[in-house]
Amino acid sequence: MTDIATMPRPVSFARRLKRFMADRPLIPLIILLFILVVILQILRPGIVNERWLANTAKFAIPLAILAGCQTMTMLTGGIDLSVGTVATMSAFIMATQIVNQDPAVAFLLAMLPAVLIGLVNGIGVGVFRVHPLIMTLGTSLIGTGFLQVYQRTVIASGAKIPDFLNWLGTGVTYGFPNALLLFVPVAVLIVFMLNRTGFGRLLYAVGDNERAARLSGVRYWQVITALYILSSLLAGITGLLYIGLIKAPSLSLAEPLVLPSVAAAVIGGTSIFGGRGGYTGTIIGALILTVLTTLLTILQMPEGGRRILFGCIVLFVTAAYLRIVEDR
Amino acid sequence: MSRFLRNQGWVAGLFALLIFLFVVTKLIQPGYGSGDFGSLARAVLPYAFAVAAQTVVVIAGGIDLSVAAMMALTSVTAASMMNGASEEYALFVVPFVLAMGLVLGALNGVLIVVTRVPDIVVTLAMLFVLQGAALLVLGAPGGAAAEWLKASVIGTVPVPGLPDWADAWVPKALVLLVVCLCIVWIPLRRSRLGLSIYAIGSNELAAFRSGVPVARTRIIAYALSGLFAALGGLSLTISTGIGAPIPGPYLLASVAAVVLGGVALGGGKGGLLGPIIAVFVLRLVRTDLTLLAIDPNVTAIIEGLIMVAVVMFGAFITMRSRPAGATP
Repeated sequence: MTDIATMPRPVSFARRLKRFMADRPLIPLIILLFILVVILQILRPGIVNERWLANTAKFAIPLAILAGCQTMTMLTGGIDLSVGTVATMSAFIMATQIVNQDPAVAFLLAMLPAVLIGLVNGIGVGVFRVHPLIMTLGTSLIGTGFLQVYQRTVIASGAKIPDFLNWLGTGVTYGFPNALLLFVPVAVLIVFMLNRTGFGRLLYAVGDNERAARLSGVRYWQVITALYILSSLLAGITGLLYIGLIKAPSLSLAEPLVLPSVAAAVIGGTSIFGGRGGYTGTIIGALILTVLTTLLTILQMPEGGRRILFGCIVLFVTAAYLRIVEDR
Repeated sequence: MSRFLRNQGWVAGLFALLIFLFVVTKLIQPGYGSGDFGSLARAVLPYAFAVAAQTVVVIAGGIDLSVAAMMALTSVTAASMMNGASEEYALFVVPFVLAMGLVLGALNGVLIVVTRVPDIVVTLAMLFVLQGAALLVLGAPGGAAAEWLKASVIGTVPVPGLPDWADAWVPKALVLLVVCLCIVWIPLRRSRLGLSIYAIGSNELAAFRSGVPVARTRIIAYALSGLFAALGGLSLTISTGIGAPIPGPYLLASVAAVVLGGVALGGGKGGLLGPIIAVFVLRLVRTDLTLLAIDPNVTAIIEGLIMVAVVMFGAFITMRSRPAGATP
């Protein structure tokens, strides 16, 4: 045994590449993003300009925040599929309540379902130990039902998009989208929370080895409940931002963002099994997906093809990360 | 006798609940008759096949999130193939679609075995892929179904030797369901393969050491799930006359019915009868709510709440049945 171990063995390039990718997952991601932008520029010379950058950022930001929800829940080995419904609910309630209500009241009303759904998710996952996927799928179904009932009650009053959300969602100041004013603090907060606070450590601990975390005195259900409420709140805020961008309140407003948000977190290097990953990668993942979507639109790939591609990406990346981890 | 009760007690209780619900229905709506029972059987058909698909996989210790998407894909495929085609052509379409379900289900299993990515992630990725494929086949609800296929679920089966009034309570849809399930399930249950499916769900390592071909059995379990899902998709097309590319709420419903039917989410326990009765129970609750003149959207909410509650309850039971301190 010993002579095999001490024998100088040439480390193959593939192995080194694997190790490099495992140690610094951000660099290959940035390279990939860059390659995609270059391809775009080749296909449509001149498309990459200041306006395009601002536009890409505008569409990447809601996706990146929702992907943040997925990142945080995935760190604990979960997933939050209710973010689409939550975002849609808060956007729709905001747009309909602003007609008759004070903006602050409308905002609070819009955030109420987010908190409730987050709470139910948290209790279901944390206390009753339902699989997060099933639980969040169930609450999103219930949420959609409530939204349909609610829609009937406000048909008469109509809807409007508050000027402030309009400004935040679509406005551009000195070439920078105003949405950055919301996104930068949120991103800094998430990154700070995950890396520097006790709560962030707990998320990694729970996801890495739940039993060990529990035996060291972590109150699992409290962590999970807080996490899912936080995730829902972020989704609700995303909904408000997104309605300012899309400007058409509908009952399926943010649904198309759910699958890409999962894909963005997975591409960004967050393990769907928990314990590994971070938000910086997710942001780049969201940017990659937004650029990829532009690319696919230019190539005239239909929506169905896009979904197939996203599914393949999730599977391939997860399998690849699994290999890298097993190798170490 | 006590062993029989212990094994079948849950199913018997469920059956009692079903009878009770029928009595309640009769009380709410004294006119509830054979015709209503026929439409109940038709409504149950796609759900029952979805549940059968989920049951096989859950017994084998896995979970299949792609059930609803698989049904959507097979449904639109059947609907678009039969659109404008002759009646006889449908004779070719039915086996083709069933084979497609079998192959795609087997693909699920192969991906799980080969990539070693957990089933929940693989089937989630497949959910994206199949949804996308369904959209590619048919962008919007449309297509058609052959008349003889449509007729195969409407009306009753004349049973020789039964008086007319009893005959009226034997809807074709119910007979179709029972025949399809029995053809696949009973030989399976009695074969070595069926035993292997229970074995890998109960304890994979023990099954492996006893010489059960774990990988092959798992692939076959997923293939059977795909076959049942294809039957579900076909029944959707047959009963609605069209195909819809957006999956219905069959995923959550299938998991809820599996749990309610006494199949442990850990695997290795339960049968097909319990989940099928559970589907009837869940559908009958819906019928009762409708008969009570409750807003259909509110009905959807209540139904969602019941399903989530059932899943929570099932997870709670699973948690309790494990040794204290073990991670679920």
